[in-house]
Amino acid sequence: MSILSKEFWLQFSSPKTFYPVAGRMIPWFAGGAILLTLVGLYIGLLAAPTDFQQGDAYRIIYIHVPAAWMSMFIYIVMSVYAGMGLVLNARLSNMMATALAPTGAMFAFLALWTGALWGRPTWGAYWVWDARLTSQLILLFLYLGYIALQAAIDDPRRAYRASAVLALVGVINVPIIYFSVQWWNTLHQGSSINISQAPKMASIMLTTMLIMSLAAWLYAIAIALFRVRVIILERERHSDWVRDLVGARP
Amino acid sequence: MNWNSFGEFLHMSGYGPYVWGSYGVFALFIVVEWVQLSRRRKDIIARIKRMARMERGD
Amino acid sequence: MWAAARIVLWRDVLLAVRRQSEVVTSLFFFILVVTLFPLGVGPDIEMLRIIAPGVVWVAALLASMLALNRMFSGDYVDGSLEQMVLAAQPLPVLVFSKILAHWLVSGLPLVVMAPVLGLQLGMDSDSLRVLVISLLIGTPVLSLIGAVGAALTLGLRGGGVLISLLVLPLYIPVLIFGAGAVEATQAGLGGDSHLYLLGAICVFSLLLGPWASSAALRIAME
Repeated sequence: MSILSKEFWLQFSSPKTFYPVAGRMIPWFAGGAILLTLVGLYIGLLAAPTDFQQGDAYRIIYIHVPAAWMSMFIYIVMSVYAGMGLVLNARLSNMMATALAPTGAMFAFLALWTGALWGRPTWGAYWVWDARLTSQLILLFLYLGYIALQAAIDDPRRAYRASAVLALVGVINVPIIYFSVQWWNTLHQGSSINISQAPKMASIMLTTMLIMSLAAWLYAIAIALFRVRVIILERERHSDWVRDLVGARP
Repeated sequence: MNWNSFGEFLHMSGYGPYVWGSYGVFALFIVVEWVQLSRRRKDIIARIKRMARMERGD
Repeated sequence: MWAAARIVLWRDVLLAVRRQSEVVTSLFFFILVVTLFPLGVGPDIEMLRIIAPGVVWVAALLASMLALNRMFSGDYVDGSLEQMVLAAQPLPVLVFSKILAHWLVSGLPLVVMAPVLGLQLGMDSDSLRVLVISLLIGTPVLSLIGAVGAALTLGLRGGGVLISLLVLPLYIPVLIFGAGAVEATQAGLGGDSHLYLLGAICVFSLLLGPWASSAALRIAME
């Protein structure tokens, strides 16, 4: 099938045709994620030299930074899917937005967790009211609000559309929140530690961080495809094709 | 290679709890996410089969 | 169109004033929360003066949120909201009237009450003036953002708790610039830049708020 043909793109639009396509794509993304993680872990934990300022605690950034990046990136992608679902009334887009939210929330939490464990040896405190950490915490709240709203609405169509509006309002607000938190942080500079001047990073560190970020990105795609397949099964459980698929029809 | 022994690797020049606490929880979350999703998939497939059986009336 | 908007506004304000409890409840809540702080942290006026802007602003945030889930629920139950959705007049205009009514009833009383509470916490007259201005610009934003949350959670079980989870993170910029304006004044830096930014947020949410809430209302009414 040519990538330019109409049929190629149509298979991404309906749950029925997307289900097997997603199933075929998962091993590739998951495999790529595992491969890159192994490479990244090898360089990051074994090969890369100890940082002379921070000691070996710096090795946490190889997972902290990818988690933070992914949590922000997933929120934007989720809002795009939600907006497409709202405007085009595309079921699959809604399902994708729903499938991305838990993974985004997980990355936001992991960014906070690893940030706290990195902060203790580096700044002497598990938590400082630094602009980036605070924004990350607010991002986690936004994810939780999205998930909670969707869980509170029984009618799936309303759940999708209402949570899409929330995601769009959220994504418009994210830059304002980031800016205001930055502003707040500079106003109260005296009471907090300034980490905006990060030490100059060795190129091996940067490479490893990029490898790990790519791994996190592939992982997020794989798990989102996995979750969207489960959501398709749950939503379309009454349809004939799903019954044929699981062999429930003689 | 940066380390002379496995013990040294685990020790992480004194930052072991922080480094392994981060990597460990990260790995745990990813494993839990897959396991939980696999279980959810198994549940829904079992449910679809059960519903189909009920409708056929056996 | 404007006639309909005026009627909706007048009706909502009249209903709230007749019922009284709405105005009184959020105002009383506001006073009570601010009063709890000296009891919690001690009567040291120097410390109270420092935390006063944050305390008053957080209390205002919570108090204005208290009345949010009543913004649309009464009209939803008696069916008049459905009429508004179906009406010939554009829904965002009618929704804007309802938001304005909500602010007049639950936001404006807080602005009027704030200087008294500020005095209790040892604020000087300059800071009090900035506090009132910041609340005057900021509380409409709270109603505008809150309306989206109220429309999204319309008719849901446990909507009251859910609405706070949805709306409070979005309130953060208002809190930062509102309380920041007063703090900057107290520190002698002047709170003008904060107030301008707060004004920008106010204009921005005026443009988007009614529109987003009517989209959310339509989804809830389907």
